[in-house]
Amino acid sequence: MNRYEWLQTLLLFATLLALVRPLGRFMARVFQGEATVLSPLLAPCENLLYRICGVDRDEEMDWRRYARAVVLFNLVLVVSLFAILMLQHLLPLNPQKLPPFSWQLALNTAVSFVTNTNWQAYSGEQEASYFTQMVGLTTHNFVSAATGIAIAIAVIRGFARRRTSLLGNFWVDLTRAILYLLLPISLGAALVLVSQGTIQNLTPYKTVPLLQPVRYDKAKLDGRGVPVTDATGKPVTESVTAQEVTIPLGPVASQEAIKELGTNGGGFFSANSAHPYENPTPLSHMVEILLILLISGSLTCTFGVMVGNPRQGWALLGVMLFLLLVSFAVLQWAETGGNPLVADLGVSGANMEGKELRFSLAGTSLFTVATTGTSCGAVAAMHDSLTPLGGMVPLSLILLGEIVFGGVGSGLYTMLAFAVIAVFVSGLMIGRTPEYLGKKIEATEMWMAIVTVLVAGVVVLVLSASAMITPAAVASMANPGAHGLSEVLYAFASMANNNGSAFAGLNANVTFYNLLGSLAMLLGRYAPAVAMLAMAGSLAGKKYVPPSLGTLPTDKLPFALWLTLVILIVGALTFFPALSLGPIVEQLTMAGGT
Amino acid sequence: MKDLKSAMVMLIIFTVICGCIYPAVVTGFARVLFPDQARGSFITDGRGRDAGSRLIGQPFSDPRYFWPRPSATAGFPYNPMGSGGSNAGPTTPEYLKGVGDRVKSYRESGVTGPIPAELVQASASGLDPHLSPEAVLLQVPRVARARNLSEEMVTKAVAHATEVRQLGFLGEPRVNVLELNLELDGRLKR
Repeated sequence: MNRYEWLQTLLLFATLLALVRPLGRFMARVFQGEATVLSPLLAPCENLLYRICGVDRDEEMDWRRYARAVVLFNLVLVVSLFAILMLQHLLPLNPQKLPPFSWQLALNTAVSFVTNTNWQAYSGEQEASYFTQMVGLTTHNFVSAATGIAIAIAVIRGFARRRTSLLGNFWVDLTRAILYLLLPISLGAALVLVSQGTIQNLTPYKTVPLLQPVRYDKAKLDGRGVPVTDATGKPVTESVTAQEVTIPLGPVASQEAIKELGTNGGGFFSANSAHPYENPTPLSHMVEILLILLISGSLTCTFGVMVGNPRQGWALLGVMLFLLLVSFAVLQWAETGGNPLVADLGVSGANMEGKELRFSLAGTSLFTVATTGTSCGAVAAMHDSLTPLGGMVPLSLILLGEIVFGGVGSGLYTMLAFAVIAVFVSGLMIGRTPEYLGKKIEATEMWMAIVTVLVAGVVVLVLSASAMITPAAVASMANPGAHGLSEVLYAFASMANNNGSAFAGLNANVTFYNLLGSLAMLLGRYAPAVAMLAMAGSLAGKKYVPPSLGTLPTDKLPFALWLTLVILIVGALTFFPALSLGPIVEQLTMAGGT
Repeated sequence: MKDLKSAMVMLIIFTVICGCIYPAVVTGFARVLFPDQARGSFITDGRGRDAGSRLIGQPFSDPRYFWPRPSATAGFPYNPMGSGGSNAGPTTPEYLKGVGDRVKSYRESGVTGPIPAELVQASASGLDPHLSPEAVLLQVPRVARARNLSEEMVTKAVAHATEVRQLGFLGEPRVNVLELNLELDGRLKR
């Protein structure tokens, strides 16, 4: 790393840490119903909205009703988005006259955006109309992010409240997350991105001449548009010259801002945040990384404030930050080393396959760890083309369960499940009562924590294994051998943990991945969410046990270290065999030069 | 059932707010504040014709032009309708052969010594408009020869087209290959 790369890395984290406290405290005020600077403007809108929707803002829900409202709302979202995708050709704002999605792809895409995964088995510029992008996908970026935040807030209330069954009102939390948090920040961020060159318009795609026309081979089509094949069945190609190219346009900045802020990650274009129209300059790149980490980081502070001890929040943030920095260091080291097989051909420098020049290597690595440590899944580099060890970093961050900052809301509540497990295990080891934040950890809490932590792992391993014995699934791999396994493992890890990035060589738009992927995304999103709400319901009903000499302090360094260790051990025990067959074998092969 | 009604009405309201009003407001502000960027940073040449976008690279293979990064877009290189990378794994034989072929074409054009990785490894978007100054300077002798210009003059054009780090420390110094080639053809506005 040169000194400029050090400087931009330092400045990024300094900015993030400076923002965590004010934003975290702001969120605590918003969700506790206190007045904020935005209240004079937004409170009237908020009240009007409740009146139209028939929501009584003071009516609180127990965990069952809260969970039911979450699931019901998300079901409505899936159905409506599915309908938009299937009816795209009949809806307005479709200047390119794009046809509807196939039903499997529509289902996969609808589930993907509603679960905050944003796995994309389609190519934005070729298949999605402006209506789909704006009214469909941009809307769902907001509501899926707000759903995650609302659940996290309800879970925090479970820890903070005593002797009650009530966790708050889902509709109120959802509305406040969108109005007070997501909309204002997105609006500002979108304009910053436009100033850098991110496009924002509703004009049809534009055709421009090429300075040097390009000749290329194209599959020959007969009169009815069917590819012509020769006697042996191979497609016939013809040589054509392109004098001009079509440049796709659209309302990109508005979607880009919420896509990063809400850790959604679904790109407007196929190349996602590597596309110069989504992420045009080094500054836009830094702003996007900051947006990805902002809310998840700040929620740790909100948690600390709401449970009455800010240090509890800092302890969790410390663990997240440590894991992120270690991952960054490994990735940066692996990519700087380059690819020895390429170096043998007379090439110098870091591995640049699948990377953009304008971001610098450190900038690219920062984006990669931020987007996979959180469940964002936007990409500014093609993860499939990272060195094997480098590619194992994003894969591992996803497999750990999206807790290194994690998705907005989901990152915090999954991290809390790990904290509960860490408290319990340490309690067993040193003979202290397992207590977290003054609440006794008992069988219910442990069950729910185990479900939260293990469900994604089980889904990933079972589905990857079934892909390996399904010929149609194996045929989708773009690269042979160990790398092919990494592609499949990454795909299911990404979907089950609601990340949405890909080792994109895998052709995922086939029935197998569309359908099983939808299943993975649903299980990975709702099983932990409902389990954590159940845990919160149980915790909220308990009385507060004041800390005694026998209580393990959970806001100090030893606990943070212990929590880190528990996370790494659970991750390693679950995934080491699979990782050693994929990226680790490939790294050894590459280093061996064969 | 009360919650089902709330769910449906909420969806409709947020579709209006987040899916229509919000993008419309951003579009409106963008058009007023940053019209050129919002439209796509298009370049108009000296005679007022469209000459591509500053942000979207174009393919070049003629010795008279500087060659950009390899592109793995769908159909043909630098096809904006099919953005994306090669997604090739680092040990895939086909990919390594492709890199070897690109190294060979640079060798044939007279480049000796190590070749910067970005010249033979494809970008993530397939539309990357930039190269590092080193990768551009390497090509100066070829371009100068093909255009019957002195290397000094071409180097001067390169220096003119080089952008420094943003705000002095972000990213890397870089050269916009399309703008440089337009400049060499004398098509940029003075």
